[in-house]
Amino acid sequence: SQSANVMSPRELSLRFLPMLCGVTAQMLEEGSTLLRRMEICVAEAEKRNGKNTVNMQETFTVYLVETRPMDAVAEGRNQAPDSLWRRYSEFELLRNYLLVTYPYIVVPPLPEKRAEFVWHKLSADNMDPDFVERRRVGLENFLLRVASHPVLSNDKILHHFLIEEHGWKEVVYETGFQAKADSRLRALSATFRVRNPDKRFMEMKHYSDELQSHTSQLLRARARVADRLYGVYKVHGNYGRVFSEWSAMEKEMGDGLQSAGHHMDAYAASIDDILEEEEHYADQLKEYLFYAEALRAVCRKHELTQFEFEMASQELVSKKQQHEELSTGIVRTFSFKGMTNKLFGQEAPEQREARLKLLEDLIAEGEEDVQEKTVEEHVERAWVDMHRFKEQKDKDLREALINYAVMQISMCKKGIQMWSNAKECFLKM
Amino acid sequence: MSGQTFPADFSGHMLDLDEDDDLEVFSKNTSLADSSPMPNSPSSMVNQYRPEEEEEEEEQLQQQQGANDKDIFITVDNPESHVTAIETFIMYRVETKTTRGEYDSSEYEVLRRYQDFVWLRSKLEETHPTLIVHPLPEKFVMKGMVERFNNDFIETRRKALHRFLNKISEHPILSYSQHFKVFLTAQELLSHKKQGPGFLSRMGETVRAVANSVRGLRSRPEEFSLMQEYVEDFSNKIYSVDKVTQRIIKEQREYLDELKQYSPTYAQWAESEEELAEPLNGVASCVERCSKESDEQIHHMSEVLVPALHEYVLCTETLKAVMRRRDNIQAEFEAKNVALASRRADQESLQDEVDGLADRVELANNALRGDWSRWQNGMRSDLKSAFLSTAEKNVDYYEQCLAVWESFLLSQRVEPGEQRDGEDEPLPTHPIID
Repeated sequence: SQSANVMSPRELSLRFLPMLCGVTAQMLEEGSTLLRRMEICVAEAEKRNGKNTVNMQETFTVYLVETRPMDAVAEGRNQAPDSLWRRYSEFELLRNYLLVTYPYIVVPPLPEKRAEFVWHKLSADNMDPDFVERRRVGLENFLLRVASHPVLSNDKILHHFLIEEHGWKEVVYETGFQAKADSRLRALSATFRVRNPDKRFMEMKHYSDELQSHTSQLLRARARVADRLYGVYKVHGNYGRVFSEWSAMEKEMGDGLQSAGHHMDAYAASIDDILEEEEHYADQLKEYLFYAEALRAVCRKHELTQFEFEMASQELVSKKQQHEELSTGIVRTFSFKGMTNKLFGQEAPEQREARLKLLEDLIAEGEEDVQEKTVEEHVERAWVDMHRFKEQKDKDLREALINYAVMQISMCKKGIQMWSNAKECFLKM
Repeated sequence: MSGQTFPADFSGHMLDLDEDDDLEVFSKNTSLADSSPMPNSPSSMVNQYRPEEEEEEEEQLQQQQGANDKDIFITVDNPESHVTAIETFIMYRVETKTTRGEYDSSEYEVLRRYQDFVWLRSKLEETHPTLIVHPLPEKFVMKGMVERFNNDFIETRRKALHRFLNKISEHPILSYSQHFKVFLTAQELLSHKKQGPGFLSRMGETVRAVANSVRGLRSRPEEFSLMQEYVEDFSNKIYSVDKVTQRIIKEQREYLDELKQYSPTYAQWAESEEELAEPLNGVASCVERCSKESDEQIHHMSEVLVPALHEYVLCTETLKAVMRRRDNIQAEFEAKNVALASRRADQESLQDEVDGLADRVELANNALRGDWSRWQNGMRSDLKSAFLSTAEKNVDYYEQCLAVWESFLLSQRVEPGEQRDGEDEPLPTHPIID
């Protein structure tokens, strides 16, 4: 791979700092995160050809992940970074692993799999160079967020991902996370009712729904505005053409018309860069659209945990009750066994002993179970991370809105310039 | 000027009368046919021709530079609905203030309806067939505005009628037309309309004129051929510019519609946020304010650029008609000339006729020549002013929006959240633009 035209990671980080607005000096202070010790970036993207799982030819994109020890950078040593190629599906695998392994963490999202909220000119094709470039930035952002997270950054699998090109997948599968992933998926999509829901988590879940809904509405509306704005600018290009033709037949007006026409062409062309810039803003919003999903998952996980705890507790209570009834002979609750006993006579004492013993074992198991399924730990860890997430979100989105304002200002300045130039030309008419 | 009128090519006007859904004009003209004498021979046409008038025209055209001090001010306003047994129509108030000696008073106020303007214009064209008379607004707009009395339509028409009268008043020759004076001053226009050759006589002229044009021109002087070419090209270009402008406005309206949906998404989001609510509402407000500016800009374009362009689109029809009439005058002369060459008898009187027609051709050409450069200057000036105004408004639009976003930025920089204690400032926060 060519490295001649690649920007240094530092340059890249600076260029796309809007995407990394979560990674501030403050964040780097928190814990000894990976990012403090290692510089990470996704430097390039390349097309590859290969065979897929059903042995068909396919074209896919790979991304170059570069790492360099931080002390080397600090000392100004121009050390070449370590690098390896990863494709999008490997990033997905890493993220799925993290989701399963850290269910109480709001795991940073990946850039979108397919281009959504497109306005008409933007290609929805995954192979489109603009899409690939924005995805590269998004993947880098993902790694930086994970590597700066106080909990996630210490994960061994993450380290492997960054350093070991081959055999990484095997290591991940060996953790056996896949089984947990499947059951997690099933559980999260199941419907169940919790007896004593935690109000804070319910509110947070409600908030995540709101966040998802609002960001997607905003993104949709923005795309439509972009589409229309594109139309307005481009139509002015027609002035360019007509003025040019018209100027040829005029004497006094000719020069003024001709040059005004050129400015109209320039005006029409200027919208391309403006809207490309705005896509980065859209990407920042999309990140939080997907973050909302991750937040929701943490809340759902909590619900599930609570539910399982309640189920286990209930089981235990029921077993204990059965045990009591069996040992004392007093039937408190209706049971079929009790009825049949009454009708057909009681069982033999050996059988009764056996059943009592069984119940005692079950109770012991059940008590262990309840211990395990205790919700407090999840609650505590989740709550810490959700708070961290909230602060990060407020900061990032505020920066994003500021960026948006800066873009608008830039667009206005260009407009002023273009139309002032046109005005000068009209004066010459 | 006397009540006698100069016969001219009415082919254009014939169509106007047919299309006119204003019944009154039609019925009036048939009654005209009964009352007035109809000149229907070429010789009588010639006898009505007034050479002095044409010479005056030439002189005045050459003096057109001196006519810059305005001594007559006309306004058209106050459109009001008038209802009669037969129909409903709009009357406009035409107010004139002048210091001209020819006018008995210095102030006049009359009521006129659209067809009165049509009458005035046709009289002016009759009298000065090769002068470029500013067009009137159209009878109706094809675009789907079916209602004649829609307020926007009336206002647009009023403005165009106002411009029409002012254009006439600025013309060094037309402004001194007796018909013009009558239009501005007579309380009762009807009696004046009844004078002059009637409907059927005008029909006769038209038929002759069409016959002449069918025969064709032997040789058009090059300057008028070039003029003809220019008129063709200009017609295409101005039509295109008009179309592009309409399209731009359409796109801008659609953009504005989307903007109006866009700003609430920020405000709605703000409702579920705490820290973020303030900047989100800030952005919502910015987008809303920019929408207002956009609305104003669209309005400006519709009020200034669109009417100006549209008028010149209509002008091209006028120009084409003027070119046709000039050609016909030449054709008539050539026809008579040919007749002169072949006939033995009537040599003397024919010769007089031919000489008369030759003079007529010369004067018509001179009139057109002079008015042509006047028209071109006027066109350049009008369109330049309209484009300038549009460009200025666009600059203004962007400047307003710039101020809106800059004040938002300022509000965000100044505000220190509790979490922000300056340690997060050092990193650059905006993408490197330019």
